[in-house]
Amino acid sequence: MAPRVLDAWAGALLCGFAKLLTGVRALWLGCRPDLRPRVYFANHRSHGDFLLIWASLPPALRARTRPVAGADYWLQGPLRRYLIKRVFRGVLINRKVSRHADPIACMAAPLAAGESLILFPEGTRNLGDGLLPFKSGIHHLAEAQSQVEFVPVWIENLGRAMPKGSLVPIPLLCTLSFGAPLVLQPGESRADFLQRCTNALLSLAPPSD
Amino acid sequence: MTDPQITLLQIFAGVAGLLSLFSVIGAWLHWRQSPGQSSPGVANLNARIKAWWGMVALLGLAFWAGRVGVILLFAFISFQALREFISVTYTRRGDHRALVWSFFFFLPLQYFLISIDWYGLFSILIPVYAFLLLPISATLGADTTRFLERAAKVQWGLMICVYCLSHVPALLTLEIPGFEGRNLQLIVFLVLTVQSSDVFQYVWGKLLGRHKLAPEISPSKTLEGLVGGVLTSTAVGAALWWITPFAPWQAALLALTINILGFFGGFVLSAIKRDRGLKDWGSMIEGHGGMLDRVDSIAFSAPIFFHLVRFWWVP
Repeated sequence: MAPRVLDAWAGALLCGFAKLLTGVRALWLGCRPDLRPRVYFANHRSHGDFLLIWASLPPALRARTRPVAGADYWLQGPLRRYLIKRVFRGVLINRKVSRHADPIACMAAPLAAGESLILFPEGTRNLGDGLLPFKSGIHHLAEAQSQVEFVPVWIENLGRAMPKGSLVPIPLLCTLSFGAPLVLQPGESRADFLQRCTNALLSLAPPSD
Repeated sequence: MTDPQITLLQIFAGVAGLLSLFSVIGAWLHWRQSPGQSSPGVANLNARIKAWWGMVALLGLAFWAGRVGVILLFAFISFQALREFISVTYTRRGDHRALVWSFFFFLPLQYFLISIDWYGLFSILIPVYAFLLLPISATLGADTTRFLERAAKVQWGLMICVYCLSHVPALLTLEIPGFEGRNLQLIVFLVLTVQSSDVFQYVWGKLLGRHKLAPEISPSKTLEGLVGGVLTSTAVGAALWWITPFAPWQAALLALTINILGFFGGFVLSAIKRDRGLKDWGSMIEGHGGMLDRVDSIAFSAPIFFHLVRFWWVP
């Protein structure tokens, strides 16, 4: 029993640390926090992205929300392995070879069990502005779990605070904007759904300068 | 207890008395409402009053800790203000290095120089050294997109949030004959006068405000609020002459000067907020917005107050 308690403490500690460092503000613009299974999809600029979303969820939701993470990064070394497996309970996806398990099935299983996911449909960290074209996985997932709500989350400033390759983060204040949930429409094509998701996410970004 | 300590205690007791009065008025306004319809204006007023208690308590704690406490408090205020400023300002990856220098080198160094009384360096550190070194650092990012604009924004943030605000604790370094050991009272004079101007502008604006001053910059500022606020707080400043090295008429003139500057400080920073599509700089202080919303008037008045006092009262 003791190790489980330890995992929860480590999670709470990391969340507190992330909140303190980024002064994060969660703006629930398009929906309220809700226990039904959801996929929170967000723009991806920094390794801390999912932690920030995870930390901003009310604790009851956090316990039932799992980040989708790249196995190649998170299985390197015992610390990362511990964090992703025990603390965040991540759903690990092998981005290089998809021989072992069907990634869509891996993601659909927790949703079917009533849990929520955090997903970055750009697939990799974006070093520029705006969004990269979404990978099709989010559409496959919507087809597999058609009742699930897809909630866009725009993460502002975390990518600027700790850009790729810099050692020292700058203490910028981060904002998360949660938009209105999307559901796959009957007969909606892949391109249309991906475009709708992209537009919904971009509409949450602050006006470009 | 020494004489200056008694003076400070009297002032804080007076401020606490005023705040208690405001709290009672706020509670009465709240109580007067029928249960169904609570006005957001009253809720905001009460949130503001509550936050004032917190801010006065924090200021009191810093004063009690003395010189080091005041310097640390303003270093923290600068840090938070700069954080809010840069958070909503467009910068690029190439600026990261310059921003690290701003937050973790120039900001602490500015306050350290004040703590060791090195006027010759703290008065030029940011306008000269940061001004020249930060763009050099930014060029190493090898990104020329809107370079001048980005460099200007970082420098502006440092000037307002660090350089200007640091002139409040810098008042402790002034050596005024016959006023030794009482420099904290100069800070009380500056902060109380300028902040009371903000409060009275709000109060007069709510009570009498008819003519909007510049709705495109600040929808809440009115001519009546401006005139009433500045005049009332000039009277407050004049009434505080006994804690300063100034004669009553001098205290009134200085109060008028810093109140007008403080007003335009809020005005200038509002213009930046509107341009960025924001209502507040942040959400740190409930009812007030961000740190920068609270200290914009101090940033604009502190350096000039410092130099006026230095020019006429320091031999």
